[in-house]
Amino acid sequence: MPAKYMITVDGNEAAAMVAHRLNEVIAIYPITPSSPMGEFCDEWSAQGRTNLWGQVPSVTEMQSEGGAAGAVHGALQAGSLATTFTASQGLLLMIPNMYKIAGELTPFTMHVTARTLATHALAIFGDHSDVMACRQIGFALLAAGSVQEAHDMACIAQAASLESRVPFLHFFDGFRTSHEVSKITPLSDDDLRFMISEDAVAAHRQRALTPDRPVLRGSAQNPDAFFQAREACNGFYAKCSGVVQKAMERFAQRTGRAYRLFDYFGDPAAERVIVLMGSGAETARETIEYLTRRGENVGAVVVRLYRPFAAEAFLAALPRSVRSIAVLDRTKEPGAIGEPLFLDVVASLAEARQLRTSPLAGEPRIVGGRYGLASKEFTPAMVKAVFDELARPNPKPRFTVGIVDDVTHLSLDVDDEFDIEADDVFRGVFFGLGADGTVGANKNSIKIIGEETDNFAQGYFVYDSKKSGAITISHLRFGPRPIRSTYLIRRANFVACHLYEFLDRYDVLECAAPGAVFLLNAPYGPEAVWDRLSREAQQQIIEKKLKFHVIDATAVARAAGMGGRINTIMQACFFGISGVLPREQAIEKIKSSIAKTYGKKGEEVVRRNCAAVDAALAQLHEVKVPQRVTAGRSKPPIVSEEAPDFVKRVLAVMLAGKGDLLPVSAFPVDGTWPTGTSKWEKRNIALEIPIWDPKICIQCNKCAMVCPHASIRAKVYEPAGLSGAPATFLSQDYKAKEYAGMKYTIQVAPEDCTGCKLCVNVCPAKDKANPRHKAINMTPQEPLRERERINYDFFLGLPEADRTALARLDVKGSQLLLPLFEYSGACAGCGETPYLKLLTQLFGDRLLMANATGCSSIYGGNLPTTPYTTDAAGRGPAWSNSLFEDTAEFGFGFRLAVDALALQARELLKRVAPRIGDTLVRELMESKQADESAIAAQRQRVGALLLKLRDLDSPEALKLAALAPYLVRKSVWIIGGDGWAYDIGYGGLDHVLSMEHDVNVLVLDTEVYSNTGGQMSKATPLGAAAKFAAMGKGVGKKDLGLMAMAYGHVYVASVAFGADDNHTVKALREAESYGGPSLIIAYSHCIAHGYDLQYGVDQQKRAADSGIWPLYRYDPRRVTRGEPPLSLDSRGGKIPVKDYMSNETRFRMVELMDPERFRRLAVEAQQHATRRIAVYEHMAQLRVPGGNGDGKEPAAQGAKAE
Amino acid sequence: MELTTTFLGFRLPHPLIAGASPLADSLDGVRRLEDAGAAAIVLRSLFEEQINAEGLATFRATQAHAEAHVEARSYLPEPELFVMGPDAYLEHLRRVKEAVDVPVIASLNGASPGGWLEHATWMQSAGADALELNVYHVPTDASTTGEEVERRLIEMVAAVRRAVTIPLAVKLSPFYTSPANVARKLDAAGVDGLVLFNRFFEPDINIEELCVESSLQLSDSSELLLRLRWLAILSGVVRPSLAVTGGVHTAFDAIKAIMCGAHGVQIVSALLKFGPDYLRRIRQDLVDWMLEKEYESLEQMRGSMNRQRCPNPETFERANYMHLLQTWTP
Repeated sequence: MPAKYMITVDGNEAAAMVAHRLNEVIAIYPITPSSPMGEFCDEWSAQGRTNLWGQVPSVTEMQSEGGAAGAVHGALQAGSLATTFTASQGLLLMIPNMYKIAGELTPFTMHVTARTLATHALAIFGDHSDVMACRQIGFALLAAGSVQEAHDMACIAQAASLESRVPFLHFFDGFRTSHEVSKITPLSDDDLRFMISEDAVAAHRQRALTPDRPVLRGSAQNPDAFFQAREACNGFYAKCSGVVQKAMERFAQRTGRAYRLFDYFGDPAAERVIVLMGSGAETARETIEYLTRRGENVGAVVVRLYRPFAAEAFLAALPRSVRSIAVLDRTKEPGAIGEPLFLDVVASLAEARQLRTSPLAGEPRIVGGRYGLASKEFTPAMVKAVFDELARPNPKPRFTVGIVDDVTHLSLDVDDEFDIEADDVFRGVFFGLGADGTVGANKNSIKIIGEETDNFAQGYFVYDSKKSGAITISHLRFGPRPIRSTYLIRRANFVACHLYEFLDRYDVLECAAPGAVFLLNAPYGPEAVWDRLSREAQQQIIEKKLKFHVIDATAVARAAGMGGRINTIMQACFFGISGVLPREQAIEKIKSSIAKTYGKKGEEVVRRNCAAVDAALAQLHEVKVPQRVTAGRSKPPIVSEEAPDFVKRVLAVMLAGKGDLLPVSAFPVDGTWPTGTSKWEKRNIALEIPIWDPKICIQCNKCAMVCPHASIRAKVYEPAGLSGAPATFLSQDYKAKEYAGMKYTIQVAPEDCTGCKLCVNVCPAKDKANPRHKAINMTPQEPLRERERINYDFFLGLPEADRTALARLDVKGSQLLLPLFEYSGACAGCGETPYLKLLTQLFGDRLLMANATGCSSIYGGNLPTTPYTTDAAGRGPAWSNSLFEDTAEFGFGFRLAVDALALQARELLKRVAPRIGDTLVRELMESKQADESAIAAQRQRVGALLLKLRDLDSPEALKLAALAPYLVRKSVWIIGGDGWAYDIGYGGLDHVLSMEHDVNVLVLDTEVYSNTGGQMSKATPLGAAAKFAAMGKGVGKKDLGLMAMAYGHVYVASVAFGADDNHTVKALREAESYGGPSLIIAYSHCIAHGYDLQYGVDQQKRAADSGIWPLYRYDPRRVTRGEPPLSLDSRGGKIPVKDYMSNETRFRMVELMDPERFRRLAVEAQQHATRRIAVYEHMAQLRVPGGNGDGKEPAAQGAKAE
Repeated sequence: MELTTTFLGFRLPHPLIAGASPLADSLDGVRRLEDAGAAAIVLRSLFEEQINAEGLATFRATQAHAEAHVEARSYLPEPELFVMGPDAYLEHLRRVKEAVDVPVIASLNGASPGGWLEHATWMQSAGADALELNVYHVPTDASTTGEEVERRLIEMVAAVRRAVTIPLAVKLSPFYTSPANVARKLDAAGVDGLVLFNRFFEPDINIEELCVESSLQLSDSSELLLRLRWLAILSGVVRPSLAVTGGVHTAFDAIKAIMCGAHGVQIVSALLKFGPDYLRRIRQDLVDWMLEKEYESLEQMRGSMNRQRCPNPETFERANYMHLLQTWTP
């Protein structure tokens, strides 16, 4: 056992452990990567953990970061100790309140996981862009560079803030520190008591706003007063750095961990020095130790307190001998002379020189560089490259490091072979499948090793952006010294590949050091596995002399009743081979942690996990590696040879996990990205795929309708199309009139299907003699992969149905239309994507989409590949994500633009009318474009117009030619989840709905913030557990639909495709055809509900049948027909609400925790549903004279005014 | 009127017991049952298999997504209190014990030999006054013999008997080749009570959807007849006290069961239909009838119509069936 009490936690937990104990009020809003801090605090408060003063802190989730900042501001003003956690755009939303908090000299410490800001693209990863956007506010900015420091600085910041009255923004690097698991020495309550001045706390309380000592704050001041009053705070800022330094000294006295405002590491007589802050400083320090041992005269100044910037302390930290300085900023300010830290350093030195106070021997040359944007790697080789640059006679004054900039040539050359990792540090890299639990098991291994040995431990986890079939790469280090390697492992002595297929998709063995151990989970034994490897893999194993072990962990897991959950099996193998701990001890520890981790899931779960662990080592085999390569095959290409150039040149590199190698020139300059790329990424993640049996099929197309990934499709085509069909391609006569005489096929995309089974579960057609057999049946994928791939290719080549020939655009009809949203990375069985796919089938060729940040923006727009695509004419959805909160306004802007351009086109058309011909112009102007035929006709007219314009040689004709496509009606859709619509974006949504413009809003309502991990929103239903509502939400779901209906002129629908798919299609079509604003609230089952999503459709049906999710359509147009505007299409009452609730873990967990409370909530949920239906029933009887004042449809906009 | 009876060793003021039903799922419910005069309360069964299945399903549904995506560690909160397993049942049992004074009988349906033992012990520790083993399972494997089914039952019951000290009842199904013999073996294994009979979910066929549907309908008095016969056969033959469950809806039903030898009368469907207070009415009707018929005590009528004492015991035997056949006309 280690001598000193240490714990293994990640940076978020380390910071939250301090924040929770030092505050009374915590107001947060989830945002990556800071969300876990709020979640930890919520969990701890739910457990009754108290702060330093014996009180359980209140933890409140607000509607936005702006809201959280406002709540915290109020809590501080009213005298409490309050905190919040945030990052990135969230921090930007807090800025207005931060100015107030600072202006009022309020002791306050917030904790920020520094994250990049969305610019040309969103990125959730770490850099200092957000923090640097706060440097002017008047907050102190204190940086932590490691998990231990995130813990320590959280305390120092709050101590200093209370003493100085200057508010503190304590930050550490998003992901690199916030999500790194590390072994740290925790601060005890007594340590915190030692640091926090009770007098300062009392003084803060004394300043509280209270009617017992009334004062006024937040006044408005005039020119006579404001300036002077603003300067009145100067003294506090002047003293602040001194207060921090003293706090650091007290901290060192208590804990032995010493920090200074600026810490210097390296040669005391260094000539080359870098200046930086955050996690990069750890790598710099490690590299400098290595280089100075080899005689290099280098060093680094690590900035702890960035604001207020104590120039004198900074200069004092520099070695007197310094001749050149490279200032590294983890941010970018386009257009600035340099990045902010660089400018501060330049100014400090310049002023010291001017005032003749510089302690330096000479006048060092200062250069500025950018590194590590959005968690780009920052390695010892890069640190060395900077020092090498400083050694040059004329170093680049501005540079970047870590990328190849072949456009502006700012980047430094980096020697990739430079490696400084010590031999006594164990380095393991584990390639896992998201769903197999690898990351969890590795975190557990770190805990075991951290707690059972004196070793220091570090874990860092890399994920791809898919939500199904995702790869996770765990980087684990163990060693005798604190680990400062804040970069990925490049030379591993243990490499584990938990999925055999990864070997063909990624260069798994690239990171294996010579002589490393290689552990592979493969469905082949020790004799057979070698022959299954590619030439490249065999070559690497032989050349690097890897010790190769194999286990069929999947078989072991299955035998133990664990499904595909192989994590504890692979964990046992890791301990079995690595020898980090004695085998028996390791197995015992794994089992006890299984009991601890899974005990709450029941005895059987523990028993099966332990049985799997027991079976693991017996099935682990060393593979005898032949002397030479024997493979007859190479690794398959990442993308097909038929892929477009950009896909092969850029996307394929990213898909192979080597995007870091792409130079600047590979990328578009403004974030513009081609659509139609997901089709080139063949992921093959389904173990089973649906296979069609035409004999049973009734051609309802429900399978295609529910498929979240557009990977089972229906098509009608001329019989002649079958010529040249593969022998196994299936077809039958189409059974309805509109395409009489044509053929029909249901075909699976075998390599794109995720195997979710929604389609099979929804299929209503059963074999009468054997009802277990349906018209589609799940069948093992691997044996059918090639056959069905060929069939699918043939299927895609068949011509698409004529959109104008469809008799009815219902479920069946809609599913004969080409989806322009396909093969997304959404979860298997996702409840959101069927709506989006349907949207693209109905209107995709004229669709503009404004998409709020969330799941739909991740599976919709996260690189490398994106699911929106085009039809044969090259038309398809144009998609963009602006921010989270502004989506309604963003989409509204689309509408304004489209209308403005259409209006211009119409004006121009009028002007050129005499030369075009009256009939064509009149038809172009007057077409209602109400259905597919009319839209096709309008497109033809536009084509004819363009032909005519070609012959007209006038500026107007040229302009009109460019704008003519706007004469075809565009469909503007605003898409987002409930977190956006009900919470952060509600203000904007409400405003947009209050206007008359033709925008359509689709709310994909999963009833929680799904993307960030299931936090409660105002859409969370009564009785459901969610993060920040762990005991079950006590108030009912906000009735967004009713609020929108209150306007009278808004089309509103509540839909659930699993309950009534035709209703969904009808509502989408009605919304789109309505000339004013429309709102569709769509029930979207989600993994955050806690059940197997293959039953999502059944659960949607229960939601509607119980009345908890009524189906309705409120159409203001009905008023003009003298009808009630509301049509209540499903009023529930068929089953009790409790029957719906009992199928989902989110409700069941409340029942299991507190049955009495659950019973009460279930009764209330029933009442809530009943009351809501009663209101709707009443409304559905109401005939409204005039509706929106006059009962007329709002004046339609733009093209729709025709 | 002297209504006292001894069931499972408890001296009860009368034989009317609230059988296992959702009424006892809430503290308010158990209090209402006690207020209505229930002599004892049986909690609903803890189904080990269901607990295991739910635990595994929840494990799969939640763990597959945990630590799998960069932005979320998990998708549901994991509060300390959220425990899959018997804890919720045991906690409820504890609270019920605190809430009422009448004997509380916990009910258990185990899935494995170890499960029966563990759960029975936990229930005893949680304060159960007695235990009712709900032993039904469907032997779908054609290679399993009736003898094996019975042997496993007896072994399990004997093991539980050794593991707990509180009174033990076994709730039987009627589907044994020789129920009386099973009862005798259970008697030898040391059980204190036999409850006749369990009622089961009976699968039905949905001919439109081509699927099997399962539901449990409330009983009616017609179901009592099967139970009366076996009460009558076992009464006076085996040592354990006897209780009836299934089909008691009126005081007359209760009287019949007692006459056939029941020490305890469990009522479920009638209480679900009419509410807990209905128990008071049955009791009053029972008293009124006994007064009218000038019974002195319940003891006087108990077993009066069992196979040993009734004037026409052959009616409980095959003759009953044959007689009906002879008088039946199409």
